[in-house]
Amino acid sequence: MLTAAAPGPPPSSPGNGPAVSAPYAGRGNPRNTELGLVALALGIVGTYTAAMEAGAIDQISVHFWIPVATLAIFFLGLNVANRFLAPDADPIFLPAVALINGMGVAFLRRIDLYDDKIHDRTDYSAFSGLGFRQLLWTALSIAFAIVVLAVVRDHKSLSRYAYTLGFAGIVLVMIPAVLPARLSMVNGAKLWINFGFFSIQPGEFAKIALLVFFAYYLVRKREVLSLASKRFLGLDFPRGRDLGPVIAVWAMSLMVLVFEKDLGTSLMYFGMFVATLYIATERASWLIIGLGLFGGGVYLAYILGGLVGGPFANFRVRADIWLDPFSDADHKGYQLVQSLLGLGTGGLFGTGPGEGYPRKIPEVQNDFISAGLGEEIGLFGLTAILVVYLIIVFRGLRAALGVHDSFGKLFAGGLAFTLGLQVFVIVGGVSQLIPLTGQTTPFLSAGGSSLMANWILVTLLIRISDAARRPADGPTAKPGGPPSAGGPAKLQEMATEVMR
Amino acid sequence: MNAPLRRVGVVVLALFAMLFVNLNYQQWYKADEYRNHPRNSRVQVEEYSRARGTISIANGEAVAQSRETTDTFKYLRVYPFKTKYAHVVGYKPVYGTAAYVERLNNEFLAGNAPEQFTDRLAAMFTGNESPGGIVGLTLSKAAQDAAFEELKNNDLNTKKGAVIALDPKTGALLAEVSLPSFDPNQLSTHDSKASSEAYNALLADPDKPLANRATSEILAPGSTMKVILAAAALESGMKPDTVIDAGQYYSPPQSGSYQMKNASPSTCPNPTITLQQALTVSCNTAFGKLGAETLGADKIKEMAKKFGFEEAPEFVDDDKNVMNTVASQTGTMTGSDGKADPAAVALSSIGQKDVRMTPLQGALVAAAVANGGKQMRPYVVDTLQNSGLSVIDKTQPSTLRRVVSESIAGDLQTMMISVVDSGTGKPAKISGLRVGGKTGTAENGENTDDHGWFIGFAMKGNEPLIAVAVLLEGSGKGGSHEAARIAGQVMKAYADERGTR
Repeated sequence: MLTAAAPGPPPSSPGNGPAVSAPYAGRGNPRNTELGLVALALGIVGTYTAAMEAGAIDQISVHFWIPVATLAIFFLGLNVANRFLAPDADPIFLPAVALINGMGVAFLRRIDLYDDKIHDRTDYSAFSGLGFRQLLWTALSIAFAIVVLAVVRDHKSLSRYAYTLGFAGIVLVMIPAVLPARLSMVNGAKLWINFGFFSIQPGEFAKIALLVFFAYYLVRKREVLSLASKRFLGLDFPRGRDLGPVIAVWAMSLMVLVFEKDLGTSLMYFGMFVATLYIATERASWLIIGLGLFGGGVYLAYILGGLVGGPFANFRVRADIWLDPFSDADHKGYQLVQSLLGLGTGGLFGTGPGEGYPRKIPEVQNDFISAGLGEEIGLFGLTAILVVYLIIVFRGLRAALGVHDSFGKLFAGGLAFTLGLQVFVIVGGVSQLIPLTGQTTPFLSAGGSSLMANWILVTLLIRISDAARRPADGPTAKPGGPPSAGGPAKLQEMATEVMR
Repeated sequence: MNAPLRRVGVVVLALFAMLFVNLNYQQWYKADEYRNHPRNSRVQVEEYSRARGTISIANGEAVAQSRETTDTFKYLRVYPFKTKYAHVVGYKPVYGTAAYVERLNNEFLAGNAPEQFTDRLAAMFTGNESPGGIVGLTLSKAAQDAAFEELKNNDLNTKKGAVIALDPKTGALLAEVSLPSFDPNQLSTHDSKASSEAYNALLADPDKPLANRATSEILAPGSTMKVILAAAALESGMKPDTVIDAGQYYSPPQSGSYQMKNASPSTCPNPTITLQQALTVSCNTAFGKLGAETLGADKIKEMAKKFGFEEAPEFVDDDKNVMNTVASQTGTMTGSDGKADPAAVALSSIGQKDVRMTPLQGALVAAAVANGGKQMRPYVVDTLQNSGLSVIDKTQPSTLRRVVSESIAGDLQTMMISVVDSGTGKPAKISGLRVGGKTGTAENGENTDDHGWFIGFAMKGNEPLIAVAVLLEGSGKGGSHEAARIAGQVMKAYADERGTR
């Protein structure tokens, strides 16, 4: 990495692409910072992979470097792309995500090695199994992320498609609910579209589409929605007629809960909406109303699950498992019990990379990956990973603070919060903090939909942070790129519905 | 919109704080509970991936060993002698706690003890799994065989009983059998369902096969108590030839119509008898009156305590009393009003009323007499060896307490040898050794059969060789006779093994 103290740009920086002029004296090129941090992240992933192989199969296989090298190529590719497409973007996003994504690939390979050992396979190939699939999905996701960066040159352009994206989001959410269980049910949650040879989770993409719509809609409606009608208990409550859209999203969330049998997704959508609503209106009353509605709805679903069963029964079962997993430790509570026992066995320092028993937890590659990882890297390791997530969320919020347009603020804030909320919901679920829900752990869990959707999410944050950190005199460098999407942000400020 | 964005940041921070707190709770506070939870097989798979060390007896023969299997759990714990060593070696179930030596030396057997640190370090570099350490027991093959076979095939067909034998000079455990026994292989099986079913069946068995009758069941000792009375008498200045009152009946003062009798009218019908002769023929009336009117409750209790009553005789290096020893007791010797009750003292003097003793305590009494009044702390683990067979630790015998002076011990030896030579203990007699002892028949309440007891020792010249206690629980008539015979067989087998006869 180039020294930050160097005054001005280096005369030539081989391997760094075209020379980029440093916009701020003394800060250095953020892309070089990014590159250095990516190298650090890859170093950690590489070390972990080696330690994991030594622990799991008592040797470091000849394949050990392949996943790390592949990841390195793609992460460096994204770094290079950033130099052209988002030169001022926050340099923390890519290395932070690279670290978690890399740990995910390595841990999935760890599961493959566990299976290999059980089945007495000894080639330990890096070209098969969960780890290889995840590696391919990572490559695909990063390629797609570069496309997103190239196409979405200005995040504000997304607002033009807000209604289309909002409609698409609702359709994506609804498809699994409408489809017969055969085509949409995996592990008791109807969240999938099954194409036979592979299946996707449309909800993962719907999140982002809906956020675009929420951000657009709320920016337009913020004045109206923040209009208070009544003061109650020291809080300003909105007018009754303005509650419409909130009620609509709430109903949609509960439908997801009931018909797709998934509390997590439901909580995600509703939490996303309430958070953006709060950011837009600055009215704490919306938070209270939102939490009240959701809490009430969940409680009602729990009661109904006990009384009438039917579509509510699944949620009732999950809530009961959460309350006392050990009461049915061999059947319904088995997965959560094994997750907790794994976490406990790992303890503070973990059993060591590759030294645990990840397959004791069913579905450890999906929802429970943090429990499998927590067993081997312990409380300290798991906490470190969570801190990296927290860093991503905070850099996202920082981008939201820095960007000038309301849509960008709301969108970035929503994206960052969504990521944080999803980590909370799933890690909280596997550690018995909240009832377990079928969420993936962003960038860690096996699965293309989740990985790609979250890469899009973070790419959009990169895009917004680029706008936020761009010096007032325009983009730092746009070699070969088209002219800036539209001058100062002010000109692109959207119309706000006028109070009447 | 910046203020609410910052507050959203606080909300996310709060959510993550909840995650951190909860993970600390689950991975730190609850970690031990989860690690040892019966539904958690991770620790077991890990533990069973390494060969647990062998437990062997004094001649090197393995009584517990690990056998490689093709299960998820690589090694199976097997006990080749099944029921024979169950109450000493114990068992190591996959889930739940081990028992006896398997538990006492669990860490060492598993290879996790602090003194095996260098072994583990070496294993790390050579890439081998560090195997567990080898525990060598003090048990004598011949003594254990004789104890087990003779007790099992006793002439009275008694199903319940115990034999325990110690080396009086060192306290080393030579044999320990409790019947009915159990097969530890049923508990160490990898089939956890079969294991817990077997365990529950053993627990539910009315004959209590899991109970250790040798060390932890207390029963009335009957006339074996008279050894303690004799010791108290000698300590108070009497000699073996001191003449004391005897007779067919004895009525303790202030006890109404109660009359103490002897086992048979011909036991000691004369009005007087020497102390030694009273012990030899087991004269109840003489010891009843000696206790109630000459010595008194305090002196009896004091001497019993000197022999180890009222305190569980813990084995060497067994702070947690894993070997499951229980304190013997002299009980109350006063009436219900708390005042001195000569009848109670008289009954206690012949090992009835509330006096309760374990066979281990009986063996410790005999061992102390044989060892010149010095009682050694019992121990069962002789050596700890690493897998390369080099000795890491060897138990040094340690004195538990000085019970009586050497001269009193000498007098007691003479008196107890007289019991075997010419009294009730004749069946214990072995040629070539000086065998001493005391029989006991403990009444066990109305309508139940008496317990037969024998406590004794064998000496080669003045060298103590072995101390043995035998209990036949609910044997009925002839129990003490048979107990003496079994004790003699154990002594004989051990002496033959040692070549000291």
